Amino acid sequence: MGKIKLNKVRKAFGEAVIIPGADLEIKEGEFIVFVGPSGCGKSTLLRLIAGLEDLTSGKIEIDGRDVTDTAPGSRGLAMVFQSYALYPHMSVRNNIAFPLKMAKMPQTEIDAKIAKAAKTLNLTDYLDRKPGQLSGGQRQRVAIGRAIVRSPQGFLFDEPLSNLDAALRVNMRLEIMQLHQDLKATMVYVTHDQVEAMTMADRIVVLNRGNIEQVGTPLELYNKPNSLFVAGFIGSPKMNFVEGNTIGVRPEHLDISDKKGEWQGTVKLSEHLGSDTFLHVDGGKRGQLTVRATGESQFGPGNKIWMTPQKGRLHHFDAQGRATK
Amino acid sequence: MATSHAQKVGRWALAPSLAALTVWAFVPLAIAIYFAFLRYNLQSDNTGWFGLNNFYYFVNDPYFYKDLFNTVALVLSVLAITIVGGTGLAILLDQPFWGRGIVRVLMISPFFIMPTVSSLVWKNLLMHPVFGLFAAIQRFFGASHVLDWFGTVPLLSVIIIVSWQWLPYAALILLTALQSLDLEQKDASMMDGAGPVSFFRYIVLPHLSRPITVVILIETIFLLNVFAEIKVTSVGGFAGNLTYLVASQLNEATDIGEAAAGGLIAVVLANLVSIFLVRIVGKNLGT
Ligand SMILES: Nc1ncnc2c1ncn2[C@@H]1O[C@H](COP(=O)(O)OP(=O)(O)O)[C@@H](O)[C@H]1O
Ligand SMILES: [Mg+2]
Repeated sequence: MGKIKLNKVRKAFGEAVIIPGADLEIKEGEFIVFVGPSGCGKSTLLRLIAGLEDLTSGKIEIDGRDVTDTAPGSRGLAMVFQSYALYPHMSVRNNIAFPLKMAKMPQTEIDAKIAKAAKTLNLTDYLDRKPGQLSGGQRQRVAIGRAIVRSPQGFLFDEPLSNLDAALRVNMRLEIMQLHQDLKATMVYVTHDQVEAMTMADRIVVLNRGNIEQVGTPLELYNKPNSLFVAGFIGSPKMNFVEGNTIGVRPEHLDISDKKGEWQGTVKLSEHLGSDTFLHVDGGKRGQLTVRATGESQFGPGNKIWMTPQKGRLHHFDAQGRATK
Repeated sequence: MATSHAQKVGRWALAPSLAALTVWAFVPLAIAIYFAFLRYNLQSDNTGWFGLNNFYYFVNDPYFYKDLFNTVALVLSVLAITIVGGTGLAILLDQPFWGRGIVRVLMISPFFIMPTVSSLVWKNLLMHPVFGLFAAIQRFFGASHVLDWFGTVPLLSVIIIVSWQWLPYAALILLTALQSLDLEQKDASMMDGAGPVSFFRYIVLPHLSRPITVVILIETIFLLNVFAEIKVTSVGGFAGNLTYLVASQLNEATDIGEAAAGGLIAVVLANLVSIFLVRIVGKNLGT
């Protein structure tokens, strides 16, 4: 349960076409991530699936059932919002109970479900507090609690971690992945952070101005990006593009030497991360290049170095930015 | 947390306004209390300590219980009408429609009209049994006997006039509050399976509970003091309230002591009514 199918889904706000036409099949139990720069239409696409926006044209099916005109509450989906969207005047308990109350579930059953969810999410001690008395991470948990109690077939997350600090973000990332393993429900997760996408996703959908650029596993996108856009968006630091954007090579796929190689350049800056060193190199006519050296690099600003792309690690693009070969 | 220094500065900064407030509110109240215990009638030289007699006479005035009832009925009805109607209007005005800006400005205009003026308009142009619009409408639909508003339903007439004045106020305060409702709450409640009615009941109303309390408190204060509408429409004998009774003690009987006692009783009543109402709102809307 939890198969979602988008069929030529199109969305325009007045004159502005935000999603020109999206086709996508999300498999049962899959963790799928929509990634793309801010404003590319990720939230809009998610809200279309949720039923919070009407389609301009096209069709959405869940488990073979056409839900294009079905109310949000009847699609069997739950959503976690970026700002959590908790009900401020209700206690944590009533927040989590709300969807069950709307479903007219008997009170004893509601109590049991809340107790269970609170235990899973470490919220038992906070059930009688109001959202305003909780930390960001706790609010996030309440939002997740409100989503899981209904046992939906699919979860929709809209940048749920973007309001948390870095350490908490890593923790919550793991918790959400753990939740996915436990519940085995389909999860659609929106983020602009490609690291989040790479680490969490079974499959990634890269969006560019409302168009689906590429769909694939994280490693497929990393190894075989089918466009300049995907190549530049996936991977950190960003891929280097040379020869008028027709050839790309990732910073970690350049071998360096002080004696010989294919491309010459001068180190301008070096960033030491401990495990790696990022060298920012002036490559002359090739422009600015980034090189990732493992461990502590012997090279520093001012050094002249040679860089050689590893075999089979070059990416070729045509003038339209499509990958060739 | 404010430091003790900041608190000290804050206290000094507040002092002038507190002093002004004390003079403003406390002095008249103190004088009223003093007068309430005096035999003080402009038609008699005989002044002096009068004990609780002023209160006794005010409460035993033949109009007292009727006017007490009218006061409470007027306040409660107008509150009910303006809050229910104001919530409805606020929701309507919150929807996007053409000309919304102008309609919102027009909405508040009844509030700017002096009560005496609007009472006259209602009395002579709308509710008048001969020249009034309502009578004309009744006759248009073939009524041979038109309703004499002030003769037949004096209290209802006053309630309608006063509600008309206060509806925009309530609507505007509640509209402002509605606009501060986070739209993601609506999305979230829709995902949770709430329809429009549940959304209103569980999300919108609790959000409005505080502004509704404010509207109740402020309106109660003013509604206990309604006078012009009763005086202008000359229904004081039937639909008079305590304010009207106090005024007639002052003007017709020139009994300042008894008027002051009546005023104090009205103050106590005002506090009782507002405490009671605010309790009810707190219990039912704030979950
Ligand atoms: N209700 C709306 N009305 C008009 N334009 C909208 C609306 N919602 C979103 N947009 C526009 O659609 C585009 C995509 O928005 P969004 O889906 O929120 O992007 P993302 O989530 O990828 O940052 C933006 O340019 C935004 O201005
Ligand atoms: Mg977004």
